[in-house]
Amino acid sequence: MPDQDLHSGGEGASVRTIARSDVAALAAGAAIFGTGGGGAVQTEQLAVEMAIDEYGPVSVVPVAELTDEDAVIVMSAIGAPSVGIEMLTASGQTDTIVREVERITGRRMTAVMAAEIGGSNGVAPVGWAARLGLKVLDADGMGRAFPQATMIAMNVAGLPSEFAVMSDAIGNVSVLRPINLAWLERHARALTVASGAISLGAHYVLTSRTAPGAVIEGTVSRAVQVGRRLLAAAEPVAELADELGAQVVVSGKIIDVERNTEGGFTRGSVTVEGVGPDRGRLTRVEIQNENLVIIEDGAVVASVPDLITVVDSETGEAVSTELLRFGQRVSVLAWACDPLWRTERGLELAGPRAFGYDLDYVPFAAGVAGGLR
Amino acid sequence: MTPQHDLSVGIDVGGTNTDAVVISASGDVVAWTKSPTTRDVTGGIRSSLAAVLKELGPDQDAVSRVMLGTTHATNAIVRRRDLGRVAVIRLGAPAATVYPPLAGWPADLRDAVLAGFVLAGGGHLVDGYPIAELDRDAIRRFLDGLEGRFDAVAVCGIFSPSFPEQELEVEALVQDHVGVDVPISLSSEIGALGLLERENATVLNAALYEVARDITTALTTVVAEHGLDAATFFAQNDGTFMAVEYAARYPVLTIGSGPANSIRGAAALSGADDAIVIDVGGTTSDLGVLVGRFPRESTMPREVGGVRTNFRMPDILSLGVGGGTVVDVAAGVPANDSVGYRISEEALLFGGSTPTLTDAAATRSTVLAGHELPPLDRSVRAGLAAALAVAHDRIESAVERMSLGRTGLPLVVVGGGGFLVPDRVLGAGEVVRPERGTVANAVGAAIALAGGRADQLCDVGDRSAAIEEASRAAIEKAIQAGADPARVEVVDVLETPVSYATRPTLKVAVKAAGPVARIGHAPRRQDREMKERT
Repeated sequence: MPDQDLHSGGEGASVRTIARSDVAALAAGAAIFGTGGGGAVQTEQLAVEMAIDEYGPVSVVPVAELTDEDAVIVMSAIGAPSVGIEMLTASGQTDTIVREVERITGRRMTAVMAAEIGGSNGVAPVGWAARLGLKVLDADGMGRAFPQATMIAMNVAGLPSEFAVMSDAIGNVSVLRPINLAWLERHARALTVASGAISLGAHYVLTSRTAPGAVIEGTVSRAVQVGRRLLAAAEPVAELADELGAQVVVSGKIIDVERNTEGGFTRGSVTVEGVGPDRGRLTRVEIQNENLVIIEDGAVVASVPDLITVVDSETGEAVSTELLRFGQRVSVLAWACDPLWRTERGLELAGPRAFGYDLDYVPFAAGVAGGLR
Repeated sequence: MTPQHDLSVGIDVGGTNTDAVVISASGDVVAWTKSPTTRDVTGGIRSSLAAVLKELGPDQDAVSRVMLGTTHATNAIVRRRDLGRVAVIRLGAPAATVYPPLAGWPADLRDAVLAGFVLAGGGHLVDGYPIAELDRDAIRRFLDGLEGRFDAVAVCGIFSPSFPEQELEVEALVQDHVGVDVPISLSSEIGALGLLERENATVLNAALYEVARDITTALTTVVAEHGLDAATFFAQNDGTFMAVEYAARYPVLTIGSGPANSIRGAAALSGADDAIVIDVGGTTSDLGVLVGRFPRESTMPREVGGVRTNFRMPDILSLGVGGGTVVDVAAGVPANDSVGYRISEEALLFGGSTPTLTDAAATRSTVLAGHELPPLDRSVRAGLAAALAVAHDRIESAVERMSLGRTGLPLVVVGGGGFLVPDRVLGAGEVVRPERGTVANAVGAAIALAGGRADQLCDVGDRSAAIEEASRAAIEKAIQAGADPARVEVVDVLETPVSYATRPTLKVAVKAAGPVARIGHAPRRQDREMKERT
């Protein structure tokens, strides 16, 4: 099951508490792992800082330290990131979900796990935990961001989702009992569209028995470490690539952003025209909430489930897909995904064909694939 | 070329100095002045304008445009001065209630600006379906509860850029309830999607009406006093100019015009198309990058006085290194303090007792003719030299950071403290020190671009055609506003989804801009009519 040592450089000390001063690093790191999706982190960073100011720092617990008493609620926002910057969370929206889950399971929740570490979904759970008085599990279900409920480590591990609870910013609460994650995705997406293309949901309760082997461990710590390195970097893009073991595929200027919202997703593509040493190159990144495929001269340079993140060429900050704009100076980074996603089951759930691209997955190796620098 | 009516005046009212220049049709600086900024804004603009007009003599009849660049709005926010108190009406409860308005603002700025807020029912989902019915009573009760203790109103509805009618309805309701004299800022007129950033910008705009009134009145008064037959404009954050009436309604758009002007002024004075620009002032050095004669913009939302907004701003790196930066002689480093405009009294070079980076530079070469350093202890001299070396290092690493690995770009040095930049900077090509570089800001204001904006609604599938159509219309409007048809180009494309209910629909907004055509002169009638957001 998932490799505990996630990526090169992943040997840093694990994080045991998230105080206000750690939130910026968590947000910066989560944005990098967001591969353009999971929602822009800035707004959630503010919510987490406000929550910690009011309720105090949040404890981070490793999977190995879960006890029989623990019940971990797996939560995330679902919807179109381009809507997530406008239609923000209502106060009490997460409390409603947790209360409903406790009523259904008859257990008190003790910790929150992010369904995905990438983007705002990797940041927000810390604020929810602060407000609810819960711990945060040092793990997530993706090691990045993915757009669909099926694309989660628990599904790769064969752990079924028995129910889901959703709430929207208007106050509506729904309880679903889907037969599998594909149907959960379909129904949750339909409800989300009805709620204005954004909602919150919980769809797993994990325990000390079920979590090991069914989640990607250490990812909260990893996000904080990557964020800290990035925020302190003198040469952000180069140091970020080094920390991640990533390749800078191209640096340039965005000359076109095509984007629309359909069925609760943001879909489109962004075209980068190389500058400096990359002058004369045109590189396209295909988007469905996340950056999925890099194409140049008709050839695939990298694809899901490997990670593709677009960053500001000066600051190295990740630019989420809803914030991509004409004229921006960006660099496109690609690096290898968690080994879990390169298994047969992992590729079936989250390989290029799972997103409708008729192409075979070729594992991305920094410095090999593309070979452009 | 017509000799008459082809001069442009640029005035830059900065925190320290007020500069004015006159630019000829061929782009030459034909007159200039630099004087300390006065507390009385009108007086400062009056004396600066008088100085350059006097230099022009009878040619002053040829002045067709007066462009003002000002940091008034920025300074008011940064110093928390002269700000109006704003009643904030958010439409969209219960959505977004985790975030009260002004969340994340510095506490002292929030205290200075916020008269009170209401999270009222209203607003829309992305598809136009109402979040809740508009709660008119809550808005009236809120206004009554403030008992008149507010200067302006800001209204921000969820998804109002896509569905602006409700904010207009609330504007009418507020006017009906408290009178038509209270200025009201509507978020749909200020910013794009991104609720908190747009709301922040809307509140800042509302807080700046008083400042805007003072500065716009000052400009029009002074121009009228001089009997100039000239159109008056304000420079805005993207390097284009806007009509005075527009600046009075949207003062927040002047924020960021200072750096944009300085970069564009440096470009004009040096003739460079692609360069790194460093503007060394009394307190800070601001670095920007010129790409194809336009300032490079920042990718991420940037803060103004600690407040997040989603305006497009020039990508600026500010260093705490300026001519007035105090030197810690014992440690041999620049301190985090500046003597600012008091440099002409306090620096050693001027007979004062505070060692500054200007003094450090003076140990190496003459920085100001006629001024010599007093005899200095060897230890003081060593401390100054060490601090200068640290300043050089900081400048060098900032240049490297801005260059994004592209070595060999020329470094254009402007601003009064330009002597702090060495003649050779690692990572940069030639170091260029244009003549009149000390008034680059005012030059940038004088050559502000004429812009035009056009919106187009389209089906999602027809996006490319719609962008093309909107681009054509925006270019046409920019040309009407005075832009040179040969040099106008599209500078911004913004798409906003407006409907999902029937067919997916987009609003495509395109902005075009270009330098003012200098062949003959644009008819003034068109300038006056240009109330379009440019």
